[in-house]
Amino acid sequence: MGRLSGRLDDVTADAGYEDHPPRVGFFTDTSVCIGCKACEVACKTWNSVPDDGYLLTGMSYDNTQALGASTWRHVAFVEKSSEVSLPVDLGMPSMSLPGADPSAAGQATESGDGVVTWLMSSDVCKHCTHAACLDVCPTGSLFRTEFGTVVVQPDICNGCGYCVPACPYGVIDLREDDGRAFKCTLCYDRLKEGQQPACAQACPTESIQFGELDELRERADARLAELHEKGVDVARLYGRDPEDGVGGGGAFFLLLDEPEVYGLPPDPVVTTRDLGSIWKHVAMAAAALTGVGVAAAVGRRR
Amino acid sequence: MTPRGETSMVPPPEFESYYGRQIIKTPTWKTPDVPLYLFLGGMGGASAVLAEVAASSGRPDLERVARVTAAGSAALGTVALVHDLGRPERFLNMLRVLKPTSPLSVGSFILAPFASLSGAAAASFLTGRLPRLGRLAGVGAAALGPPLATYTGALLANTAVPAWHEAHRELPFIFAGSGAAAAGGMAMVFSPCAQAGPARRMVLMGAAMEIVGAERLLDRIGLVGEPYRTGRPGRLMSVSRSLTAVAAGATLVLGRRSRAVSALAGAACVGASVLTRFGIFEAGLASARDPKYTVVPQKERIAARERAAVGR
Repeated sequence: MGRLSGRLDDVTADAGYEDHPPRVGFFTDTSVCIGCKACEVACKTWNSVPDDGYLLTGMSYDNTQALGASTWRHVAFVEKSSEVSLPVDLGMPSMSLPGADPSAAGQATESGDGVVTWLMSSDVCKHCTHAACLDVCPTGSLFRTEFGTVVVQPDICNGCGYCVPACPYGVIDLREDDGRAFKCTLCYDRLKEGQQPACAQACPTESIQFGELDELRERADARLAELHEKGVDVARLYGRDPEDGVGGGGAFFLLLDEPEVYGLPPDPVVTTRDLGSIWKHVAMAAAALTGVGVAAAVGRRR
Repeated sequence: MTPRGETSMVPPPEFESYYGRQIIKTPTWKTPDVPLYLFLGGMGGASAVLAEVAASSGRPDLERVARVTAAGSAALGTVALVHDLGRPERFLNMLRVLKPTSPLSVGSFILAPFASLSGAAAASFLTGRLPRLGRLAGVGAAALGPPLATYTGALLANTAVPAWHEAHRELPFIFAGSGAAAAGGMAMVFSPCAQAGPARRMVLMGAAMEIVGAERLLDRIGLVGEPYRTGRPGRLMSVSRSLTAVAAGATLVLGRRSRAVSALAGAACVGASVLTRFGIFEAGLASARDPKYTVVPQKERIAARERAAVGR
């Protein structure tokens, strides 16, 4: 059954692979994302993912809206109006050192009534170390691959939908006309051929970096230190910590704002971390119901 | 959290989100399939227990109602569960593996034998054939009944849905109590007062367990309990609670004497049990749709960790 929560350094061996390649994943550095959506297109094309509507949301450049059964990469566009973070230091009086305000982070642009700060980020399945979707799948359709990634087998999925509310990130979903659950496979077919996933290959700015997870974490730490040195204090890593609620993501991010601003949960926890307590309370309640039956039997004879 | 009925002096929690969009996905489980299944599993499981109580105390009319209710609930529940699947023709894949991490998998391995055993017990009782084997099947169903009635609490709780996950301590007890009240209620509707003693006691104990469980839930879980109190799910829960309390009171006072009151109170218990399941189900959906219930408790968790780290 494997470990359900906490730090787990070799998730692939924990899943039962004796001899396996190193765990791979994505490091998405959103500080260099330009919002081109090449990742979305490459993913759709390579994986033959059907369209999921051509709606204009009117909320931003983001008409894709969210990850889903037919959206395995999703580029978020955050436009934040801000009066204080001017891209050019105009020598205005302020409470801090001139030019020390880091919140513009190089992604700010001037508009008519002030400043719009742009945040762009390509979201994807996190391929969690402790994956709730995989844990709750009753058919065994969701499984851990030899690369440490989490993949749905469409020939086994019966569309029960349990994985959908189990995911703390809202990644996996049922395809309505098909009935089965789908999500990012981290291009399982390409990995087996020694290639990198389509989205990482298509990314023109290397915002999406593919590689061995250990190496990606080192790269991310170095990038974070570099940004902090440049005064971009808002930069933070998301999903990198192997001690977090999902044991760290196989896909993790460098963000320039709070996670929830990008539509990410600030402190996700795999639901099965509480599985022991959940089953314990079920057992106690079942015993109580049996007790109710016994008590009903021993009452007076009428 | 302020007690219910009082106005909070604390301003509503402020939080950021991505254009107000929800973070987790809304469960795709269909209405009425899944809430009905939750209800049927509870009533069926508790009815199998009641049937053995009736059999061991020589109450044939009560036993008949309980056996038929257990078998019928299991059969209908199975239909509801299969109908809810995106690929119903693949329902047998549920029995492909047994995974303790998946309450739906465990539940399938409870439901399948329960449906067979309760069906066999009911068929044997109604036809009079193979009475010993039938009784043995009934005992088996009674053993599986309480797990069937309560595992659905784990089914909902083992998700990222805030109102369900945070309720994991109380949900199995609410479902057990609600199932007992429904099983007792159904038996009160269809059996004579003279034989319905165990059914009435089941209603009283079940109603108490359900009401106390729901109260404890709302007292404990704070902000994510809000969907159980507000909107449509809040109304469903509130009507269910009143209906259960009134029916239990009527059962206590007049259940033994009046056949009419007994039938009405029993039916009210069954109805209240249905409302409880729809209320809890819809409260979960509401808590998934609003990013507040995902973001605010998680931010509070982070803040508490940081405070603890500073204090150390």
